[in-house]
Amino acid sequence: MKNEILRLLRRNGRLSFEEIAVQLDIPAETVRTVVSEMEESGVISGYQAVIDDSLLPETKVKAIIEVNIRPQRDGGFDKIALRIAKFSEVDSMYLISGGYDLELEVRGDSLQAIAAFVSGKLATIDGVTSTATRFILKKYKEAGRIFDHDEEYKRLKVTP
Amino acid sequence: MTRNTNDLKSPRDSRVAEHVDSLPKSGIRDFFELVNSLDDVISLGIGEPDFVTPWHIREAAIYSLERGHTSYTSNLGLLQLREAVCEYVGGRYAVDYDPKNECIITVGVSEALDLLLRAIINPGDEIIYHEPCYVSYSPCIQMAYGTPVVIPTLESDEFALNPDDLRHAITDRTKAILLNFPCNPTGASMPIEKLREVAQIAEEHDLIVITDEIYSELTYDGEHVSIASLPNMKERVVFLHGFSKAYAMTGFRIAYACGPRDLIDAMMKVHQYSMLCAPTIAQEAAVEALTNGEREMEMMMSSYRDRRNVIVRRLNDMGLSCVKPKGAFYAFANITSTGLSCNDFAIALLKEHNVAVVPGTAFGQCGEGFIRCAYATSLDDIQTAMDKMELFVARNR
Repeated sequence: MKNEILRLLRRNGRLSFEEIAVQLDIPAETVRTVVSEMEESGVISGYQAVIDDSLLPETKVKAIIEVNIRPQRDGGFDKIALRIAKFSEVDSMYLISGGYDLELEVRGDSLQAIAAFVSGKLATIDGVTSTATRFILKKYKEAGRIFDHDEEYKRLKVTP
Repeated sequence: MTRNTNDLKSPRDSRVAEHVDSLPKSGIRDFFELVNSLDDVISLGIGEPDFVTPWHIREAAIYSLERGHTSYTSNLGLLQLREAVCEYVGGRYAVDYDPKNECIITVGVSEALDLLLRAIINPGDEIIYHEPCYVSYSPCIQMAYGTPVVIPTLESDEFALNPDDLRHAITDRTKAILLNFPCNPTGASMPIEKLREVAQIAEEHDLIVITDEIYSELTYDGEHVSIASLPNMKERVVFLHGFSKAYAMTGFRIAYACGPRDLIDAMMKVHQYSMLCAPTIAQEAAVEALTNGEREMEMMMSSYRDRRNVIVRRLNDMGLSCVKPKGAFYAFANITSTGLSCNDFAIALLKEHNVAVVPGTAFGQCGEGFIRCAYATSLDDIQTAMDKMELFVARNR
């Protein structure tokens, strides 16, 4: 049941309890209960729109930053990672296997703003040993949605 | 039960062959043309998936072209594809076929059906099928010089075939019975007891069973059982299936038949001299679909099920009784409470509200009183169409 509800919400977070209930053919009250449980337990931690910034008049700048850190004796990667994650500039952040430790997606108003964040905040944190910043030039896909504005191919209007 | 005989005008002044000239001209064509002439139609009339073929399959087709695989294949189809098909059919439907001589790749199930009918019918042989059904069954039987014998399926049976009706339809000219479950246009499945009974009758009367299971992956309640998997059936069943619906590959025109060797051999003869082989690019795409397509197929299936639940609820809420279809992507709604014929209903709904549904009679005379609503279209369109239909129904009551 949880998985079925999540399947629908992943595709459209704005569905009402009633709409979910009809699609899954279950009582709306059940949906309300299950969703509330998942919100409380943190399985669902929020709802947000998927936005294609390139269609907005003023564009934000996004960067992916690879960060190497020195794990701490009492807390490993987590302690320092959470310090970094608390900065509001950081959109998403992952611990990564392989060549570096953390991958950050950082958002700012301009290149300068991101550069200032990296040099002024991130790189100065004790335990951060190096950073590499890559600016994102174009977004092709996010949250399962492709950002292309080609016209849709039309099916025949009626077929047997 | 009625026998469709050639009851049309004398074909003598026509240079078209009699058996083609005498085919009933599909009355639904006029309606289809009307729909296609209008702009901004919200259509619940489309009998194909609204998904584009999953990218990994399209990508495999592109790769096939890039490598220059543009020549003929074996008449039976690529061995690699036949092997993949037989493995899939064995795993999913629990019937084992030999890819070397019990499987043939065809251009859609339409071709497979045509091949088989031409391969088994002696002029005048009777082929029993059930209506409402896909539009091509009766004409294909007639083009193969057979006599179509129709059994209506009823709303009170949830549109399953009643085995007693089958018993009554059998004569000493009966050659085969043609089944289509899950069914276009009713979405019906066969309850297992009834399917067993049909199998038993086929065995008693030594009939060939043709089973078009093109919608079988799109089964939402319970498990689909193929008649081919029932005891003693493999030797008399020809299992027709393809990629159009489950993998959203209608335009690739790729399908297959599995069956006893003598029948596949005979189909192969007709295929070899008429079609030669299915398109190579589609065959290679089909290999990819079978190898890596399960995840996206399941995703599409769940999405159809969500939409089925919505449309069936809406139809019943507005007072059009609608059996909850167990498979395919069609809701077959009863409109008799409006007092309109299905044709009048469909035309008025189209003209007044720009919503297209298909009148039940497009699928056989016993479809009168019903409309087919295909729900392989976006939920937004389904909701808008249902809102408009609700107004329309309220006004016609």
